[in-house]
Amino acid sequence: MLIAPSRFRLGDVIEESVAGLLQRPMRSALTMLGTMLGVGSFVAVLGLTATAGGQIDKRFTELAATEVTVADVGVAGANDPTMSFPANAASRVESINGVVHGGRWWPVPLDHPAVSSAPGISSHGGELQILAMDPSTVEAARPVLRLGRTFDTFHADRHEKVAVLGSVAASNLGIYRLDGNPAVFIDGTPFTVIGIIDDTGRMPDMLFGVIIPASTAYDLYGPPTEQRAQMLLETRLGAASVVADQVSLALRPDAPDLFKVTAAPDPKALRSKIGGDLDVLFLTLASISLIIGAIGIANTTLVAVLERTHEIGLRRALGARPRHIAAQFLTESTVLGLLGGMIGAAAGITVVVIAALVQGWTPLLQTWAVAPAPVAGALIGLLAGVYPAQRAARIEPVEALRR
Amino acid sequence: MDSVITLAGVGLTYPGPPPVSALRDVDLDVRQGDYLAVVGPSGSGKSTFLNVVGLLDRPTHGTYLLDGVDVSTLSERDRTALRGQRIGFVFQAFHLMPYRTATENVALATLYAGVPKKVRISTAHEALARVGLAHRAHALTNMLSGGERQRVAIARAILHRPSLLLCDEPTGNLDSDNAASVLTLLDQLHRDGMTLMVITHDSTVASRAKRLVTIRDGALC
Ligand SMILES: Nc1ncnc2c1ncn2[C@@H]1O[C@H](COP(=O)(O)OP(=O)(O)OP(=O)(O)O)[C@@H](O)[C@H]1O
Ligand SMILES: [Mg+2]
Repeated sequence: MLIAPSRFRLGDVIEESVAGLLQRPMRSALTMLGTMLGVGSFVAVLGLTATAGGQIDKRFTELAATEVTVADVGVAGANDPTMSFPANAASRVESINGVVHGGRWWPVPLDHPAVSSAPGISSHGGELQILAMDPSTVEAARPVLRLGRTFDTFHADRHEKVAVLGSVAASNLGIYRLDGNPAVFIDGTPFTVIGIIDDTGRMPDMLFGVIIPASTAYDLYGPPTEQRAQMLLETRLGAASVVADQVSLALRPDAPDLFKVTAAPDPKALRSKIGGDLDVLFLTLASISLIIGAIGIANTTLVAVLERTHEIGLRRALGARPRHIAAQFLTESTVLGLLGGMIGAAAGITVVVIAALVQGWTPLLQTWAVAPAPVAGALIGLLAGVYPAQRAARIEPVEALRR
Repeated sequence: MDSVITLAGVGLTYPGPPPVSALRDVDLDVRQGDYLAVVGPSGSGKSTFLNVVGLLDRPTHGTYLLDGVDVSTLSERDRTALRGQRIGFVFQAFHLMPYRTATENVALATLYAGVPKKVRISTAHEALARVGLAHRAHALTNMLSGGERQRVAIARAILHRPSLLLCDEPTGNLDSDNAASVLTLLDQLHRDGMTLMVITHDSTVASRAKRLVTIRDGALC
């Protein structure tokens, strides 16, 4: 005689498992928490990294990729006191095709200058730097003005004693307004303040500086000594390396070897350096909470198996095979993991979008980071369910039905 | 060929140590439509007997034919399938799933036979009507009285038209009124032709049966 073996249809397995989970809805929800947190942090970290990375990329294309710096290395080996840049260096580089702005700058060679906002007042200038700059250097640094203006070729040609202050320098000196023509006194020499810079795109050191025209500085204090002069050039997008090749010759056709030219650094290398450390930390934390999530699911499922011994015995009496019992509990843990993964992914996406909106950034989420999240959750649930399911399958109906 | 179960020289010795002969040399023939009560004092082997007859445990000696099939030689898989298809269990402790409706509980009987859900639900409603609980079909079992619970359990046990309805102390957890209604239901099932075996130590329960066997120290007499 042929006996039709017991079966457990897939639809029934899922239905019975979900019903099992709904018997204890609160417990099921709490059990999902660990997986939710783990998957959610994974998605959030990957999304935030991508979003911030996209933002850094944007800045690099705009700023760093259009930057060329020229260092005056002088005559090799010698302690060369002369400045290699000619006086008209700015107009020479600006005649190169692709250069937007460009000019010289150097720290004024004064030993502990007394800098103050009124004559006779002792110096505030501990951290203040006095920078000599061509007007076009200031432009190339992309200043954002708070008040007034920057100096131009008119001031420079006439070697005027004017100054532009960085925001930090201005507040150190106590200068907040320009009406009344305030002045800074450098070792007693007054410079009329014509502008205050709030922020810069390049050379953030300028915010701590008192910036005076290079021609004026040369007149009064001579060429740079300890720290030699440099040039800062802003180029058109994509022109940086071409410009870099031509700068030395344009400056000094007679002695191009006096300069060292550097074009923009590779943005990708810099970005992975910024992103790397933080990612590792957060992904480690996310992994830990995934492991905790798995332990939580395993624990809850095991408790459910022990609590429902009678139910298991009954199902065995009604014709369930050990593998049917195992399948049911394995499905319960998998569903818990799957739901945890889905809710976690949704929460992670929400975090990324909100963070991006707050920062005014474009939220970026790679599909490869989000799409597998529910699958990962389900996998965790499946693994966590293996031991409890084995235990459930081994329960003997005779023992289970004993009252 | 209208024997439902035939036991010949059936025995079960628990391995121990020390080994316990809980069932010895049992011969029994139960025919279609029989209503049999098995009584005996505590420790006499009633539960062991029920486990063997209900295919929950395997005898160590003798042959056991269920519907003419020799079940002592069956594989574990076939024994499980046969148990689900041919035996209906009614337990003293009901063994209903809480937080699930009466219908869902009853419909569980043919879950492992692979019967589609729709069919299971509609036959469950019929079975509930048969035990007089059509109006409680959608109630959660934890909201039912003891008597109602046992009637739901009986509906589950008869859903798949088993060859044998095995009841283990079916009124053990019930007050006398509820016990009476359950016994009336069993009488009615007997009239409809169901083969019934009731294991009990309660003489009022045993007196309802048409046949009485006593078990003492693992032996029938
Ligand atoms: N798993 C087991 N291993 C060893 N001995 C057992 C086992 N189960 C039962 N026994 C013994 O077998 C004998 C019969 O036990 P059984 O449970 O069948 O009695 P019973 O008639 O159901 O008793 P009660 O009315 O108290 O339920 C008893 O002596 C018992 O101690
Ligand atoms: Mg017993």
